[in-house]
Amino acid sequence: MYQQDWPYPLEWDKEEVIQSEVLILGGGIAGCMAAIAAARQGLQVVLVEKGATKRSGAGGSGCDHWESAATNPCSKVTPEELAKAMLEDNDGFNNGISHYIECREGYDRLLDIEKLGGKIRDTEDAFKGAEFRDERTKLMFAYDYENKYTIRIWGSTFKPAMYNELKRLGVKIYDRIMITSLLTEDGKQGGRCVGATGIHTRTGKFYIFKSNASVMCMSRPARVWLFSAALPGLCEFRPTQCIGDGHAMGWRAGAEFTMMEKSVGAEFSASGKSYPPYGAGNNHNTWYAASLIDSNGKEVPYADRDGNILEGVSDRFKPAKGQRFFMKGGNIDNPKYAYEGPETLPLSKMVEEGYKLPFYADLSALPDHERKVIWGMMIGEEGKTKIPIYKNYKDAGFDPEKHVIQCYGRGWTSASFLPQERQLFGLPGGFLNDWSLSTNLAGLYVAGDSLFASNCFGHAATTGYYAGRHAAEFAQENGLMEIDLKQINNEKARVYAPLKNDPHNSIGWKELNMGIAKTMQNYCGEVKRNELLNIGLSLLKEYEETVIPNTFAYNPHELVRLLEVFDILTVSQIILQSCLARDTSSKPLCFHRGDSKETDIDKNNQFITVKQVDNQVHIGRLSLNYFGDLKENYEKNNKDYIGGGNYDAR
Amino acid sequence: MMPDKKICMPSEMPAANPIVYNKEKCIGCNRCVEICQVDILIPNSEKGKPPMVLYPGECWYCGCCVMECPLEGAITLRHPLMNQVHWVAKESLMNK
Repeated sequence: MYQQDWPYPLEWDKEEVIQSEVLILGGGIAGCMAAIAAARQGLQVVLVEKGATKRSGAGGSGCDHWESAATNPCSKVTPEELAKAMLEDNDGFNNGISHYIECREGYDRLLDIEKLGGKIRDTEDAFKGAEFRDERTKLMFAYDYENKYTIRIWGSTFKPAMYNELKRLGVKIYDRIMITSLLTEDGKQGGRCVGATGIHTRTGKFYIFKSNASVMCMSRPARVWLFSAALPGLCEFRPTQCIGDGHAMGWRAGAEFTMMEKSVGAEFSASGKSYPPYGAGNNHNTWYAASLIDSNGKEVPYADRDGNILEGVSDRFKPAKGQRFFMKGGNIDNPKYAYEGPETLPLSKMVEEGYKLPFYADLSALPDHERKVIWGMMIGEEGKTKIPIYKNYKDAGFDPEKHVIQCYGRGWTSASFLPQERQLFGLPGGFLNDWSLSTNLAGLYVAGDSLFASNCFGHAATTGYYAGRHAAEFAQENGLMEIDLKQINNEKARVYAPLKNDPHNSIGWKELNMGIAKTMQNYCGEVKRNELLNIGLSLLKEYEETVIPNTFAYNPHELVRLLEVFDILTVSQIILQSCLARDTSSKPLCFHRGDSKETDIDKNNQFITVKQVDNQVHIGRLSLNYFGDLKENYEKNNKDYIGGGNYDAR
Repeated sequence: MMPDKKICMPSEMPAANPIVYNKEKCIGCNRCVEICQVDILIPNSEKGKPPMVLYPGECWYCGCCVMECPLEGAITLRHPLMNQVHWVAKESLMNK
């Protein structure tokens, strides 16, 4: 061991109180758009972010396509059709409200971002004449070229544009502060949210934020099953520090969650057991519709949903005969027949037929525009691609006209995980919301990845703006409330406790995270059984009572990492409780029970909700269409917005 | 007793070396330190020198440090060996 001076002033136990009318918790895509919406209503807005708002969050470095832009002038799909498809494709286990908002207002937000300086059109005519480009608007579309509802974007320009707008609007940005708890009226679980507490990630200073209304814009949980102590930054798809703090503090405050029993077998993770996102050979998402070849150079055919082989590259972007439209993008792995788009024949089947491993993605076989839009636009603008993939591969000599890039294993995911290695991906669980994107806690709104069944960049931006708008409404009608001193003191004691332990006799955050991940793999793996889930819960309880009191951190950075792992433990408890509450298997939730043969379809086809009341777990059930008619309810709840958007301009 | 100004750093070999500074080019402006959302870098105690990669294992490999750097080539982002992807000339497959 050697020692080094901590470069920042240490301010343990110092306290600062900050007031606002609207408090934004998290400065990713959703948080920035929520802050912009609230500030445009003329309110005092404070945004708190654990990292650096300018590039923070899963979408900070970029994004290459904007899904569900159903109201753009070229779209042939209506918001109603698209939201219905998203619900049907998941047998109703989806967030009808948030995805309808995404379909209805998404294109409005894209135009907003363009005004702030984000690039959404091919203004230089670099792709003039391309099949995917609309010559009049210069918008460029991905996937279904006939229906034109997914727009290719230059997303690396978006976050700095939002950041500048926040500053212009006078939003007070507090970077490098981890929010650790929500404050509630009289300190009661389930009470109105009256603010939050935080800790500075560099100085250790304690912050108290008081606000009329708050918007939860933090990440979905991560590192619950997947952890590497050597490379924690490569465990999951989302950024290292995005591990679901919001879910954990919401749970402690009495917020209600749903779909938390859903987890998927890990596949499209960052790396560790797969490859850098968008960096290995594949033909999905950013790489659609690259050609795939075997190691003799033989091309794998693409087929439509009926198995008809598609001859031309152009056909890969067309719906099948008689099909209204097809769905592709970030989260659509195995769509239902109605929405299934063109796909290469299964690689495992090709191997049986004599194709030789490994397979490669071949851009050289594509028409110029298709190759250049994947390599140079999509790869370059998609998150984590500009430097690690586009620049680095180019510098190392990769030429998309000559080289083919390897796929690993037999599938397009280039990943190899064990069945018990799971993650919250593909519309995972989260905060339950109503039509104003309010949680069950008055004054607490929710957007982006904190919402249940969240997915992509456009969803985050659109729900962020919507939640910010509705939070502003609440803040105008409800003033500040006194905060409960006991709640503050308890939280202060909780977050500083590890610093008082003896480092030689305590454990650090990595060991605890490994212990939790192993517990979840052992007792909440691919197949769920009550006796195992209960052992998992009791082990986590034991960690809470005997391990957490004996943890240590050397500096504010490590303290924050440790507090994150405490949150991962809480999230694991929510997951175990939700799994126990669902007593039969459910395909759309990727939930497989080994100890129940009963299939009560009516009982199974409901959302299960979980929350704490007086520290006791309460289970609820909710109809899959609790949100009612989408268009009608949207319009009822957004009277002031209607008429301003592109929906009515169509 | 709260920890004081000294921090302990393990002397163990890191599992990856994600960020490499070119000492000739880096001017020590610390823009990379300020943009890193995971906060894995700290400013060098010597002014004008490249920052130190305090927590290499926590790197998310987003490349924002390089995007923010005012000097081309001062920072290189490098994937660990097990994450480096192979490519071949298509011609070499066709001529098999």
